[in-house]
Amino acid sequence: MKPIGRGFWRLTMALALALCLGMDAALAEYADVVLNSQAEAQGVRPVIYPHWFHRIRFRCKVCHNELGFEMKVGSNQIDMNKILDGKFCGMCHNGDIAWGTEFCDRCHSGLPGLQTGIRGGSKSTGPGEY
Amino acid sequence: MKLMKRLMAGTVAGVLVATLFASAAHAAEPAAAPAPAAGVNTFNRLMKPKSDRNPAQANDGIHDPTCEGTGLLQLPKEAFKDMPEASSGNYVDWVQALNKQLIKPRYDRKNPNEEPVVLDLDIVREVKGTMPDVVYPHDRHTMWLDCSNCHPDIFIPEKGKNQISMAMILMGQKCGVCHGKVAFPVAECRKCHSKKKDGSGGGKPAAQAEPAKSEPAKKPTK
Repeated sequence: MKPIGRGFWRLTMALALALCLGMDAALAEYADVVLNSQAEAQGVRPVIYPHWFHRIRFRCKVCHNELGFEMKVGSNQIDMNKILDGKFCGMCHNGDIAWGTEFCDRCHSGLPGLQTGIRGGSKSTGPGEY
Repeated sequence: MKLMKRLMAGTVAGVLVATLFASAAHAAEPAAAPAPAAGVNTFNRLMKPKSDRNPAQANDGIHDPTCEGTGLLQLPKEAFKDMPEASSGNYVDWVQALNKQLIKPRYDRKNPNEEPVVLDLDIVREVKGTMPDVVYPHDRHTMWLDCSNCHPDIFIPEKGKNQISMAMILMGQKCGVCHGKVAFPVAECRKCHSKKKDGSGGGKPAAQAEPAKSEPAKKPTK
């Protein structure tokens, strides 16, 4: 009984590892951002922000200057309260410029367990990486 | 040590099982024409085919395919269909797409007609070694960004005040704040290292040479 259980555990871990290594950075669209400092702890899926979709519609300057998003993952403390108050994403996602906050699952669409960070590119362990 | 061995064994087993799953999935597909004789020695063994680029969100490994919202999102392939191709990043040449007006991103949150403040000023940085010198074009950056995005936090706006190395860029500092994360990655050496030591090159890229926009900004506007 014991060896079987151990082997199964090993296999599951290894499979999970293989999946993470194989899929995560390699397939996500370049510059997709995962936001999960609070989401999962609060019982919703992590948020995935697609840079590519937004840069077709807005220049970088709009979010990174007007809206006050710092250009470093982890340095923007965003929560739903701030968004509902019209800050960060809420500057546009208010039912006026873009669809409002009632469509939770369009942003909260990430797989459980994702780490906050920027995806799709090469990885380094420098100060720019969170 | 024991733990290491255990982990190693586990990983090997996992990969084996993953391979088995993959081959089982392949077997389930309708029987195709007999495989070419090459077998394991296929052409471009390590280069991913273009069809693997820009996968749908449901298959990208970070979106939850069971989430209803995932299915509503625009597909990257659909969005990039008519865009000029690049060899890395999103596989889209964003600067060319903008110059050719294939995309019309707003410069202002609310006003769709606001024009960007473009500064046409090239900065040449002489580099050590044999690589061509770097030409930094302000115009292609100010089309997207505001001066305050880079100055003075990332780059001190004064000649000789900024120490930059490829190591810093790869670590996510200086140019690496964007390049390698959201703007084209450092694998595209020649996009920056464009001015050869004999003086050739360093001009506008092909996209700008052709009259795409009505008239590319020649001097700072506003």
